[in-house]
Amino acid sequence: MQTRTLEISVGVFVALGLAALLVLGMKVSNLSRLTEGDGYRITARFANIGGLKVRAPVTMAGVRIGRVTDIRFDNDAYEALVELTIQNTYDRLPEDTSASIYTAGLLGEQYVGLEPGAEEQFLTQGDEIRLTQSALVLERLVGQFLFNKAGEASGGDP
Amino acid sequence: MAGNTRSGDDSGPLVSIEGVHFARGGKMIFAGIDIEIARGQITAIMGPSGTGKTTLLQLIAGQLRPDQGAIHVDGLEVHRLSRGRLFDLRKRIGVLFQSGALFTDLTVFDNVAFPLREHTRLPERFIRDLVLMKLEAVGLRGARDLMPQQLSGGMKRRVALARAIALDPMMILYDEPFTGQDPITMGVLVQLIRRLNDALGLTSVVVSHDVQETLAIADQAYVLSGGKVVGHGTPESLGASDSAWVTQFLRGLPDGPVPFNYPAADYLDELMMAPTK
Amino acid sequence: MIEILQRLGQAALRFFARLGRGHLFLGYVLLGLPSLIPRFSLVVVQMWSVGVRSLLIIVVSGTFVGMVLGLQGYNTLVRFGAEESLGVVVALALLRELGPVISALLFAGRAGSALTAEIGLMKATEQLDGMEMMAVDPLKRVVAPRFLAGVFSTPLLAALFSAVGVLGGFFVGVGLLGVDEGAFWSQMQATVDLYEDIVNGVLKSLVFGVVVSWIAVFEGFDAAPTSEGVGSATTRTVVHSSLAVLGLDFILTALMFHE
Repeated sequence: MQTRTLEISVGVFVALGLAALLVLGMKVSNLSRLTEGDGYRITARFANIGGLKVRAPVTMAGVRIGRVTDIRFDNDAYEALVELTIQNTYDRLPEDTSASIYTAGLLGEQYVGLEPGAEEQFLTQGDEIRLTQSALVLERLVGQFLFNKAGEASGGDP
Repeated sequence: MAGNTRSGDDSGPLVSIEGVHFARGGKMIFAGIDIEIARGQITAIMGPSGTGKTTLLQLIAGQLRPDQGAIHVDGLEVHRLSRGRLFDLRKRIGVLFQSGALFTDLTVFDNVAFPLREHTRLPERFIRDLVLMKLEAVGLRGARDLMPQQLSGGMKRRVALARAIALDPMMILYDEPFTGQDPITMGVLVQLIRRLNDALGLTSVVVSHDVQETLAIADQAYVLSGGKVVGHGTPESLGASDSAWVTQFLRGLPDGPVPFNYPAADYLDELMMAPTK
Repeated sequence: MIEILQRLGQAALRFFARLGRGHLFLGYVLLGLPSLIPRFSLVVVQMWSVGVRSLLIIVVSGTFVGMVLGLQGYNTLVRFGAEESLGVVVALALLRELGPVISALLFAGRAGSALTAEIGLMKATEQLDGMEMMAVDPLKRVVAPRFLAGVFSTPLLAALFSAVGVLGGFFVGVGLLGVDEGAFWSQMQATVDLYEDIVNGVLKSLVFGVVVSWIAVFEGFDAAPTSEGVGSATTRTVVHSSLAVLGLDFILTALMFHE
């Protein structure tokens, strides 16, 4: 084996390995979104966040505009305090924007969806979203459904 | 080069082994041996298999440590040297292993160049000239591009010899250089050892049990047996020795002080005994 | 009974003696690493024999493992109507577990055994003794470059394994089974995290690389200098490094991915 060809093939090997790492970083992971820069933070209170996790997406009209950066429990109000970081490009969210927790698909991950309001004032760093809708908890839905059914059955029967 | 820096006085013997005891795995190998190896001579160390001849070379080169006694090489006590000083000493000693110990992944040329590249910062052009000179000395300049697997056993030893003299050492230790060689190769090796010794002003130590070949070139010879030196002198004086050990070894007698039979219970008793188990 | 206890004790003592030798050995090898800086070509040569020559088996196995993941993942996910998540399943399985672990196991079989056999044979044919007699330290000249080449090569091989595996999963999922291409990539990108998944995977394979290379060079250096000795040392390399990789994988996973 010639030293030159040997060194070239080792060089190709190292380059391939590093390229694979780069591809994994860029194409497979969320590296491209880590560089999107900091945004401004707003908070929202929910009675129940279901299975929402930190780093979950925040969307408006189905487009991702930020993500959940913190989840805490408010010991006085017995509510969940969710911190959302919105990218700086989207700085024109009306003050009466409402937030809901949705599930992507039946078993998918949960995310925060924002609905724009009509106010002229925009949300800025530290503001709080007042209109919120909690996550749908499957057990509660089923329970409600059964309760209603039972009510219909007893009420409908003379 | 390293071979020119002498640290001891030039008058005494190059190697002196004094009262060395050595045991390995609970088995006594040397029980107090004294050997002196004179400068510029070929000294043969002979003895039956298993008398620790190779061990002796390892002791001289500082690979093993004696339990008692001392070994001086060129005025330095081998086992009191730091690792760095020991390596400096080893650069001045060439060793020819029984198998040649050539590096199988390097060509003949690169094998001989190995010590030069490791220990000197010579430009590649000088290294090439030096390697070709060493290969010419053993008659294998034409084989420089071959791999060790392509060489016969005798040629491997000659390449190993060229490698051993690459750094112009003051002494070469030969470990069983003749074992398993055909008569022609043996003759070549015998001539090479003598010629190199005289031409390069080396000191040579040949460890062997090939009596005829070794005695033909040796200036001095030691015969080892049972962990002791049982005879030493010039080849002629050894031939005239009246020691039973020496006579048995030199003449190759099947029985003598070295018994033919492995120690066993009495033959008759053992045959008559019924296998009770 | 006493004899059984005695045997047990002997075995334990031998085990710990070996373990101690192995650690001392690693220490000497690490001490020898700085001497490689001016002679990096030694490492490059070894990266050829341990890295480049393992490429084929890594790429082929990675592709097939990714394809199998695509197939199996699809069959399970389609029952829940969640086949869009196939990209996530394939990528996470490869990056977190299969990439580092399988490439380390393959590396142990392909390159580790070769390292052991090579060093063991050099010992058996007195090449290491010869080197020492030429005042060259075999730990620095022979063992350290091989060790370092192994450590460098494993993360690269694991990354390649994962990358071709994702492509294999993509080929089966999107190409053959009709998963939506956009969903495959976007779900994957939304879920896979650079630090959590990729960096941890690389760290895992780096640890595996150190352990497998260490076992391989130690077994070679510690082998009985005979052909049987080298043979059994080679077997030990594959067995011990496979066990070590799988055991360490559990510990590393527990440390890295618990939430």
